[in-house]
Amino acid sequence: MAFDIEKIRNDFPILQRRVHNKPFVYFDNAATTQKPLRVIERMDKIYLETNSNIHRGIHYLSDVSTRQFEEARETVRKFINAGNDHEVIFTSGTTAGINMVAFSYGEKYVSEGDEIIISSLEHHSNIVPWQMLCERKGASLKVIPINDYGELLIDEYEKLFSSKTRIVALTHVANSTGTKNPVKKMIGTAHRNGVPVLVDGAQAVQHGKVDVQELDADFYVFSGHKMYGPTGTGVVYGKESILEEIPPWQTGGEMVDQVTFGKTTFNRLPFKFEAGTPNYTGVIGLAAAIQYIEETGLNDIASYEKELLDYGNKRLSEIDGLNLFWEAENKISIFSFILEGIHPYDAGMIIDKYGIAVRTGNHCAQPFMERFGIGGTIRASLVFYNTCEEIDRLCEAIEKVKEMFS
Amino acid sequence: MAEKTITEVQDEIIEEFEIFDEWLDKYNYLIELSQSLPGIDDKYKSPEYLIEGCQSRVWLRAEMENSKVKYTADSDAIITKGIIALLIRLLSGRKPEEIINTDLYFIDRIGLKENLSPARSNGLVSMIKQMKLYALAYQTKSKNE
Repeated sequence: MAFDIEKIRNDFPILQRRVHNKPFVYFDNAATTQKPLRVIERMDKIYLETNSNIHRGIHYLSDVSTRQFEEARETVRKFINAGNDHEVIFTSGTTAGINMVAFSYGEKYVSEGDEIIISSLEHHSNIVPWQMLCERKGASLKVIPINDYGELLIDEYEKLFSSKTRIVALTHVANSTGTKNPVKKMIGTAHRNGVPVLVDGAQAVQHGKVDVQELDADFYVFSGHKMYGPTGTGVVYGKESILEEIPPWQTGGEMVDQVTFGKTTFNRLPFKFEAGTPNYTGVIGLAAAIQYIEETGLNDIASYEKELLDYGNKRLSEIDGLNLFWEAENKISIFSFILEGIHPYDAGMIIDKYGIAVRTGNHCAQPFMERFGIGGTIRASLVFYNTCEEIDRLCEAIEKVKEMFS
Repeated sequence: MAEKTITEVQDEIIEEFEIFDEWLDKYNYLIELSQSLPGIDDKYKSPEYLIEGCQSRVWLRAEMENSKVKYTADSDAIITKGIIALLIRLLSGRKPEEIINTDLYFIDRIGLKENLSPARSNGLVSMIKQMKLYALAYQTKSKNE
């Protein structure tokens, strides 16, 4: 079946609006995605009809709420093909998820002199929590280098392992470049060295099928808001065997079993890691987003987004004075570029005036930008509700920018 | 002729911008202004004078000359530099107390408010703060002398 782009665009009410009196073009999807009407209505319905705290009450609506929340967990489990429901932990987002693992896993398994491997492509969220862990424990970070296309050097990665390596933290798809990393292979390498792997899937789950068991990831972390779901939602998938071993991160209500002033014992998985009232409204909204993605079809989404990538690469590389960075072979539809002699901020300001939302700057990946000796880029990140016509509009705006600043 | 007050210059700028109906013309004018700004000597483009924005960078220096604060500033982004030119025109060469107490309403009136939004993080908001801090420092210093 052909991809019905018109129908899809109608599913996202915000895409119908105008910005600066021009039709709105949203190319900042790596920062956050827009929400289909179904997600918005699902969350409205909760507040209008069923709101009650979960796992608490003996009353009717608390039961309804709890059931919906746990059904959402099952929806997520199927979506990433986790083995068990209780391996799916809800958090507020990828950042919170990585912090949780860095703290809990780090508390148990990382000590002085140990090493943690991350890559040069990481978002600050997958650098800083490990750095802080290293500071607390007296451990050190080892960084996988990249080539000029923004691809990880796998041979170098293999050399980084030692008897001191405790964990690898690796992005599945890089937010600044869109590069897809060969995570399955890299997890295999880590496991042969007896080291578990955390995968940051924030830019991956919405662009193609992720099967955590097939990848054999030990932790797989992602955000709801980057996959058409609500802000303030996220998931940590963790293997049961590891989650059982590591201590809880945050403590409080819901996650406890018995509390006396002398001692507290903790609840079973997944509740051990879900302290306090979870964002159940958001989580139920996230399940609606997943259902939307599945009905649209991840394979169809991926092949349509590949068309956008090819078309964008072609159109942008035709523009004189435009340097397109990191045309890795395997990537999602993210275009990162600079215009010769024009500051990205100036370009971004003018592009915005044409109703087109792009991001400029270092994209929360300063070490990465330093590696290439640039202060920042203009980034256009596209998803399946974008179109080739919108890419044409971006190209027109870029021509205007060039006229103004020449 | 008496020197114009900050308020008078602000009103003058507002009037200048009134002839532009289109945003494009406003920005072209800012680009023009950026070219008229002498900028800052490369040797001062150092961390000491840097005001770091996430999007663009600004360098700012202040000196005291005949009881007046003289500013020089620069940016790596042209639009930011155009707005700097307006700020320098407004505040440079004035007594510290004038600078400290001024309310910069012109930016809103000429329709360029988004350039001074903290969310843009282009260094301009911090720059204005820093300009006032310099003025305050010079004022305190002259009182103590």
